[in-house]
This record gives sequence, C-alpha cells and structure tokens, in this order.
Amino acid sequence: MNYADIKQRATDKVESVEGSGRPHIYVGSATCGRAAGANPVLEAIKSALARHKLDAVITQVGCIGLCYAEPLMDMKKSGAPRICYANVTPESACQLIEDYLVNDNPRPDLAMGTLGEGSIDGIPRLFDQPMLKPQVRIALRNCGIIDPEDIDQYIAGGGYSGLERALGMTQQEVIDELKKSGLRGRGGAGFPTGMKWEFCYKSPGTVKYLICNADEGDPGAFMDRSLLEGDPHAVLEGMLIGAYAIGATDGYLYVRAEYPLAIKHLVQALKQMEDYGLIGDSIMGSTLSFHVKIKEGAGAFVCGEETAMMASIEGKRGMPRSRPPFPAQSGLWGKPTNINNVETWANVSAIMQRSADWYAGYGTEKSKGTKTFALAGKINRTGLIEVPMGITLQEIVYDIGGGIPGDKKFKAVQTGGPSGGCLPASLLNLPVDYESLAQAGSIMGSGGMVVIDEDTCIVDMARYFLTFTQAESCGKCVPCRLGTKQMLDMLQDICRGKGKPEDIDLLLHLSKQIKAGSLCALGGTAPNPVLTTLKYFRDEYEAHIREKRCPALACPELTSYYILPDKCQGCGICLRNCPTEAIAGDKRMVHVIDQEKCIRCGTCLDVCPQRFGAVVKVSGEEIEAPKEPVPVTAAKAKEER
Amino acid sequence: MIPLTTDVDVKQELEEIFARYHGRKDELIPVLQDIQARLGYLPTTAMSEVARYLKIPESAVFGVSTFYAQFKFFPTGRNKVRLCRGTACHVRGAPRILEEVEKQLGIKPGETTEDLEYSLETIACFGSCALAPVMVVNDDVYGRMTPKKVAQVLGRDKQGD
Repeated sequence: MNYADIKQRATDKVESVEGSGRPHIYVGSATCGRAAGANPVLEAIKSALARHKLDAVITQVGCIGLCYAEPLMDMKKSGAPRICYANVTPESACQLIEDYLVNDNPRPDLAMGTLGEGSIDGIPRLFDQPMLKPQVRIALRNCGIIDPEDIDQYIAGGGYSGLERALGMTQQEVIDELKKSGLRGRGGAGFPTGMKWEFCYKSPGTVKYLICNADEGDPGAFMDRSLLEGDPHAVLEGMLIGAYAIGATDGYLYVRAEYPLAIKHLVQALKQMEDYGLIGDSIMGSTLSFHVKIKEGAGAFVCGEETAMMASIEGKRGMPRSRPPFPAQSGLWGKPTNINNVETWANVSAIMQRSADWYAGYGTEKSKGTKTFALAGKINRTGLIEVPMGITLQEIVYDIGGGIPGDKKFKAVQTGGPSGGCLPASLLNLPVDYESLAQAGSIMGSGGMVVIDEDTCIVDMARYFLTFTQAESCGKCVPCRLGTKQMLDMLQDICRGKGKPEDIDLLLHLSKQIKAGSLCALGGTAPNPVLTTLKYFRDEYEAHIREKRCPALACPELTSYYILPDKCQGCGICLRNCPTEAIAGDKRMVHVIDQEKCIRCGTCLDVCPQRFGAVVKVSGEEIEAPKEPVPVTAAKAKEER
Repeated sequence: MIPLTTDVDVKQELEEIFARYHGRKDELIPVLQDIQARLGYLPTTAMSEVARYLKIPESAVFGVSTFYAQFKFFPTGRNKVRLCRGTACHVRGAPRILEEVEKQLGIKPGETTEDLEYSLETIACFGSCALAPVMVVNDDVYGRMTPKKVAQVLGRDKQGD
C-alpha cells in the first residue's frame, strides 16, 4: 500500500465513527489515570450509558499531562467541541452523562475546558488554562487526545506523513534536515541527533542496528512512559525515519519492565503497522525494510547507558564499556548502532511531518525546540509538560505548576534525577537549556523535575540520591562502586547528627575522584546531587554537623516532639495513637512525651486537634516541659503566675 | 539457601518455555523473565537447565540473573506489594508509608510473609510521580497514599490486625 491509500483508508475509518453522530466519551487511562481511579470511572460510564440507553463511543486515551486533575473524562457531541472534566468520580461521571448527553447541559461549573473547534458559553478553552497555556506540545502532540491503540487516528492526524516525506529524500538529505532542526538528544546528554546519525550512516558495513532507549530509570521521571502509553506511533514513525537515514534493517525497543501498559501499547502498535505494511520488508513499497523487537529491561538503572544497554540486549550483564569505539562504529554485536531516546524519536517524526525550520523556530540558539518535563514533588499542579527551551524555572514552577502547596516556601528544584542537582530560589530565573543547567551544576537530564519545599531536608535529599546511585552502581569502576558507598556513609552520619567537620571537604574530594575515575555517566554524575547541595545549601550541612540541628525539621534523629503544657487540654488523643506508648497522661492532665521511648514518627503532631496545637516539633533545642503529667489547670495557673 | 522445587514441575514448564525460543545466547534474559513469570522465581534447577539449553556456562546464567534486580531466587508471596521509592514519593512521605507496610505485614523489603501470602519490595520509580506516594499491590496502582490508607489497601482494616 502506498501512503495515499493508507491515509485514505485511515481517514475513512475515523470519519465513519465521527460521522455517525454518536457522542464520544474519552477517559484518561494511562498508568497515572488508573492510579487516580480511572477504571471505576470507566465502569460507571458504561453502566450509566446502559441505564440511559445511550449509544456512545468510549475511548481510553493516554495522559494529557494534567495529572493533578485526574481522573479526567471528556465528552464530545457531534458539532460541538470536546469538553474536559477534572477529578471525576464514578458518581460525578454518571451525573455528567445525564446532564450533558440526556439533558444537554454541559455543566460549565464542572468543566475544565474545551478542546477543538467551537466554543461553549461559560467554559474556557482547555489550552487557555494556566498549566497548558505556556506549553508547546510537539513530542506530546497527541498524548491524551487520540486513542493510542488505534493507528487510524494517528494516521488521520497526519501520522506517517513524515516517513513518506523522508522516503522521498536521500539518506543524506534526511540527516541534513535533522541537523538543520537543531534537535539534540533528549535522553539527557544533548548530543546533536543529526550528527549522531551521520556517524552511523557513514560507518562502513551493511548490517546496522537502531535502538530506542525506553529504559527510563530516573526516579521522578515519567515522560517516556506517558509518550509510549499515549502515542506509540509518534515514536515508531521516528524510528522508521532513523532506520532509513542510517540504513538500519533491525531495531530494538528497550523498555523498562515496570511499564507494562507501555509495552502492551507498543506490541499492539506494531501489529497494526504490519497490517498497513508500515513495518517489515519494503515499507510502503519503498526500499526500506525494518524489523523491530521489544526487549524488556530487567531492573538495572545502569542499562540506560548505551553500552550497558547493548550488553543487556546481547543477553549479558548490563555493564558499560569504555568508548571509543563508539556505538556508531561498533555497537550491538560489533555492528554500527544508533541509539536515541523515546522523546528524541517522537521529535524526529514531528520534524519530518512539518519541517526543520518550523522546529528550529522554538527554543534558544543552542537548544532548539521543546523539552518535556515530569513535574512532581511539592507543587500544586503535578503532571507532564512540554515547554520551549529557554523558559525559566520560575515560569515552570509558578505559572505552569501553580507554586507550592500550603503556602510553604520554595526551597529548590531538582532537575536531572540522580545525575542532576538541586537549584535554589536564587536561580529561579535560570533559562532551561542544556548549557545554563550545566553551568549551574545540574543537568537537563531526561526531564525529571522535582520541587522541594522548606519541609524537605537538603542533606536527606543528597543522601536519598546517593542511596540510589550507590545501589545501582554496576561495580565495574572502583571509584564509583566504593566511592559512592563512602559518600553515602558520610551523608548517613550527617543526617544522624554524627557528622564531623572534616566530612564536607572529604565529600568534595571524593566527588572529584569519582567523577574522574568512572567509565560511564552513572559514576560521572553520581556526585552531582551532593556537589550542588553543598554549593547552594552548605549552611544546612553545617547546621547538621556543628549544631546537630536539621533546619527543615526532617531528619528523625535530630528532631524531637514536645507537648506544650500551656496548650495541652489532656484530651488523650495523642496518647491513644502513639505507636510506642511513649506518652504519659490522663484525663485533664498535661501529657508528657518520654524522649527515650519516642521514635519521632510524628503521629502525635498529626492527631493533636488543630484548635489546641499543643504538639511541637523542634530540632537543636529543648522545650521546657514537665517531666510527669500535671493537672491541666495547674499548668495553666503556673503559666499565669 | 536457594530452595528446590520438584524437578518434574519445573522441567515441564521449562520445555514449554524453551519451545518458544531458538536457543540463542541473547535470549537468556527473556527466557529467565518467562521462567520467573511462570514460577514466581528462578529455582536453581531451572537455571542449570537454561545453561544447558543456551549452551552457556551456569556461571554466566547466575552472573546475569544476579545482576538484574528483577530476578528472584526465592519463592515469592501470592500477593506482591511494591512500594515506590522514587524522588517524588520520597519527598511526599514514602518512608512513612513503607514503615506502616512493614508494620502491617511484619516483613522488610525483599522478604515474604511466612504464610506466603505477601512479599514486599521497593521499586526505584513507577513513573506515577504526579500521584506520589504510590503503592502497587499485584497490578493495582494506588496513588496519593497515606499511612492510614495502608491497612485499607492491604485489605486488613476489617480484621483489625
């Protein structure tokens, strides 16, 4: 089948559904939607439709990125725009169906926004919402909009036209187009994609391999998961274009085993491509032949490194090796190999569908286009976003993310996962591009962005990342294997109040050695969380070491809980909830915490009625409190005297 | 000690699994993944059989299987409880959720309850960071967890234990 026939067939199919006049219901059913309760909503929708004897099309879409508002449900009637409703429950879903589909009331009070052409009184456009307005969606163009399990919807929206365009060009022309777009690797390193392809294209040999790196291992990152779950064809089209440009006949998709839904959608997508002749031998009647295999990762973070990933595909322990030779010269089974990340591939298909100039119109001089970020942590609007390069952290955290919950103070934003760093409030005006982030001591990384507030201890944060990298170090390079362990031990001590003044210098020294003495980026960047936190929050380290005080009141060994005698009403709630029976007291008696027995779980603080506010948490100081329970009035009287 | 399962059971399962492969060395990880999916873990005897089937040394099979966190060498519980320890979950209180689960089940991560009902594991990141903290029981994902919700999710609140 040639492209025109494919497009015709897909468009006919999509139009026959749309032209039927049946209402359409969409439910956000990516992993995040399901975690928020999309499945019970779906069941409720089905039973409500049956109850009202309505014939509607139900589509399970991917994630549009408004994770904080999930579960999401959209409804579309023929001739009207699609309306998106947030935080839907099974009950409200039934009500919405009755209101809109039966009684024609679109419920502007509950709607979040409209999608598509046309407008409805009282409902703003969804993409005018503060979280979506600053975004430019290129890689995520279809996520949450189309049915990821239906290739026809992808094709009807212009999908695979990028491949069609590439096949009409020479291999070198495709590479030049990529170079012109300025696209750089979205896996984190930021190497120019066109140049990477050229190395592999020019490498001698008839057998070449292509790999899609979907081993998204950074804790706090979920861009690739969303993309594969929500729009697998955008990635697969990119891979086909890449295969044509470098001359690869076989490809691998290396996906984390923790992403079962992404794997399911990919398997389905490949089956549908076969049906259209979009994968296999002589694709769309051209000279391009390409076969893709899915490889499931087995739970090793280091396999995100390209040489480790290739070892893992070959069935070996996933340990990196030294480069050169680079994969473009000698990769999988010694053949020239090109590896790109999921998001890079999705950008490739967009660039070829539109043009390099269009893409290069976004972003900064050296960092073109857009970048997706997984916004999480202490932020109001968590979710998945895509923004033009060069946007400031301030705009991401406050305009898009809506700031910090509970009026807490912003402390830092962590970018780049365990390889990145914590950037303080003073750097909120930093533009997000490869160079600026690197200059500040962090990295772009694959796009995890975790916001932390004043209640998060910065030393604990560094310790957290070192716990991760230390456990994930493959053990090949001694500085990484043993050095991270030593750094972790020191950070443990500091968090427990056993840090020594010389620890800071030793941490800095070890960081340098580990960076210099590690083969791959895991070790080469492992000290980054420590280095940036030391650079920007050294006073917190010093408070832990010198004053045995945790300024964020987060490290359990350095904090204590006290009951204020003038505020305690002797209600006994804390006593009943204390898991270690560390609280003594009786009715109308001021309760007392036995500091020896207390495990600092914080339950007493959580349960003490807000109107009393009698429990306090302190660090580095002692509160004057009676040693034994005393009558409430006596304490009050003493206070008054 | 790696416990042994009866050879007959394992052999029959293995034959069915091997029938889907070609016996190439690069199939080692997928073969091990299939075995674990069927048996719940990798018994010693199974790994020896895999070595014979792929014509590679047993040491290589052990080397590869012990490298990857996914592979288990002991039987796991009927219910798999997994806790996310990702950055977002950590910041939003995952350590306290873990404490509560440990208390409820009486086991630490990597362990299985004596009645083989539950195993507990921590996972680097589930990628559902926006709903942190996250807990997964078998294939059901529970977002926005609190220590109080743990008993409910584990279905233990009614029995009062």
